[in-house]
Amino acid sequence: MSNSAIERAAAATPPGVARKIRGLSDRAIAWIFVGPSIFLLLAVNIFPLIWTIRLSFTNYRVNRPNAEVQNVGLRNYERILTDTDIWETMQATAHFLFWTIALQVLFGFALAWLINKKFRGDNFWTTVIVLPMMLSPAVVGNFWTFLYQPQIGLFNYVVGFLSGADPSSFSMIGEVSLAPWAIVIVDTWMWTPFVMLICLAGLRSIPTSIYEAAECDRASPWRQFWTITVPMVLPFLMLAVLFRGIENFKMFDLVVQLTGGGPGSTTELTSINLKREAFEKWRTGYASAYAIILFVTVFGLASIYVKALNKVKER
Amino acid sequence: MKMRGLMLSAAAGALIGGAQGAVADELTLCWAAWDPANALVELSKDFEAESGHTMSFEFVPWPNFADRMLNELNSGGQLCDLMIGDSQWIGGAAESGHYIKMNDFFEEQGITMDDFLPATVTGYAEWPKGTPNYWALPAYADVVGWTYRKDWFEREDVRADFQEEYGRELTVPETQAELMEVAKFFQGREIDGRTVYGAAIYTERGSEGITMGVTNTLYNYGFEYDNPDQPYDLAGYVNSPEAVEGLEFYKELYDCCTPPGSSDWYMSENIDAYKSGQVALQMNFAFIWPGVEADPNVGGGKSGYFANPEGPGGHFAQLGGQGISVVSYSDSQDAALEYIKWFAQPEIQQRWWDMGGASAMKSVVEAPGFADSQPYAQTFLDSMAIVKDFWAEPAYASLLLAMQDRVHDYVIAGNGTAKEALDALVEDWTEVFEDEGKL
Repeated sequence: MSNSAIERAAAATPPGVARKIRGLSDRAIAWIFVGPSIFLLLAVNIFPLIWTIRLSFTNYRVNRPNAEVQNVGLRNYERILTDTDIWETMQATAHFLFWTIALQVLFGFALAWLINKKFRGDNFWTTVIVLPMMLSPAVVGNFWTFLYQPQIGLFNYVVGFLSGADPSSFSMIGEVSLAPWAIVIVDTWMWTPFVMLICLAGLRSIPTSIYEAAECDRASPWRQFWTITVPMVLPFLMLAVLFRGIENFKMFDLVVQLTGGGPGSTTELTSINLKREAFEKWRTGYASAYAIILFVTVFGLASIYVKALNKVKER
Repeated sequence: MKMRGLMLSAAAGALIGGAQGAVADELTLCWAAWDPANALVELSKDFEAESGHTMSFEFVPWPNFADRMLNELNSGGQLCDLMIGDSQWIGGAAESGHYIKMNDFFEEQGITMDDFLPATVTGYAEWPKGTPNYWALPAYADVVGWTYRKDWFEREDVRADFQEEYGRELTVPETQAELMEVAKFFQGREIDGRTVYGAAIYTERGSEGITMGVTNTLYNYGFEYDNPDQPYDLAGYVNSPEAVEGLEFYKELYDCCTPPGSSDWYMSENIDAYKSGQVALQMNFAFIWPGVEADPNVGGGKSGYFANPEGPGGHFAQLGGQGISVVSYSDSQDAALEYIKWFAQPEIQQRWWDMGGASAMKSVVEAPGFADSQPYAQTFLDSMAIVKDFWAEPAYASLLLAMQDRVHDYVIAGNGTAKEALDALVEDWTEVFEDEGKL
């Protein structure tokens, strides 16, 4: 049946086309198949990148199409790298990255470890725990602004109840010392379940025979944890850290909804700062240089990290 | 045969069209999503009936309005045929060719800018400022003013407490110092068993909020955008000792007399705080006043209105409001101009005011009886007489963002001093003007 279909298709192919195809090498046919993908990749990723690099050496502004575009050399890069305000946004981003990842790894692993202990209703609780990551960041940002509201916010009420402080005596998103923690708390609340799921996959991939062998060797639960569980989950954990690191480096919507970058510029992360330069001030050339610097930073750090991850996997 | 039939139909259509006037178009008007926009939808139904054109509307909430609409204009988008754009956009929109110039059209149609309040013509229509080059028709006159709880001010117990505390009668503030006293007096006070606060002021970080509030105060302390004799000469004007004093005043007002958690408030948050009975005073644009009057909790005589109080350096208020322009990328420019011609009629402008819009036409606002037409009408007139506006340069967005950053950092975050904030602002603005080739 299938042979006859092939025969029919061959018969239907015009002789000219058939001759041409017959004359192609395997390599040429392979190029025909991958060509469209490569073209798309070049058009969607590589060309914009090269174009951005080119723009980064100019004073181009997209909102002034008729203005003369001048080559400014490395001036945009020099201004960005010597701007103390930009270094402050870098610091704010680093603070946000470090603490969100640290807390999410800690809580995510702990939750996964608990969920992995089979108990009644564990599937139900897993579903409940992953709910926050199913929500839109804009929605999460909006309702946490209400939770943080000093007069009616549940968060302030709970903190006040536990500490004895007046709930309206502090404002999580209005005070310089608290606002960076306000965004860390929300991001941790939202994305800990993601880390938990990855860790859970890691924990469930460990064969029980290894633990049984360890028990035969009279290894304590503490020793089993450090010599079996942690090393075998580590590649999964590192993968989760990579995903969360890349995601949080470009964090935008949640923070804009929560604090708008304030108070002052306390929570103005690089992505917010870059958006303001590119699409509010319309300094396209300058913003392109800024984007290239961020790209090189993330790409460099991610490359080093992936190498480390591969080494851990090889162990 | 078929072709011949089509040609005959087209000829008949042209004849009918010629008899009826212009061919019916579908126009899209873009503006912010707020109460006046709803009034304009109602008002525009008359235009649809008269002209045969159909109107659709694209309204975007204020915090995203500039982002969304400037993106639309900068990309040469054809979404909007008519744009009621913010006053500060006029320079950039004119120089980038987003709006069509309207001088010839005004001349042909007998529309004269002399018929509109001078401040609105300068603020909403002219570019360069002070020259007779018009890119918009003043559409909505607006200004920052104050709303207060008249019912609280009239209470005997409250008046007695104020008299005892300040040795004078509790009256509507006439100076910035009195404003501070009243705000301090109400802060944390118990009224009908509820704790209330002094004032809701602009503190928003993301768009333009805190700048609108701060400039509204700074003008009254002697702040100038630049040297009146030498444009773009900023040092000593933006950061003058008087301006520093004004900024310190605003911070003190924020620190002493605002509700907890009001570190990122703009128009809607202030309205909510006022209508829910949290604050005695509310800074906000005049557009909210019809809504306050109609509100069951604070309307119907419970609220009063006053112009921004005088300060040691003068008596001014921050201009708001917009002009209506025809977008140059529109395919329906003739119909859009028809709308502007219709909108510029005195009787339409009168209806605009009656429906809750704020006309900038002199024949409306200077008519006998206007001041008594609404409880806030006189305050509106008083406020419009003292307006000043932010930069309307093509680089206004960079100037605005720099000011948002510097003043929020000082007033709300409490970083540094007022002098340092304004010195840094001078540096930022100088850099912007250098990039623009103006320095």
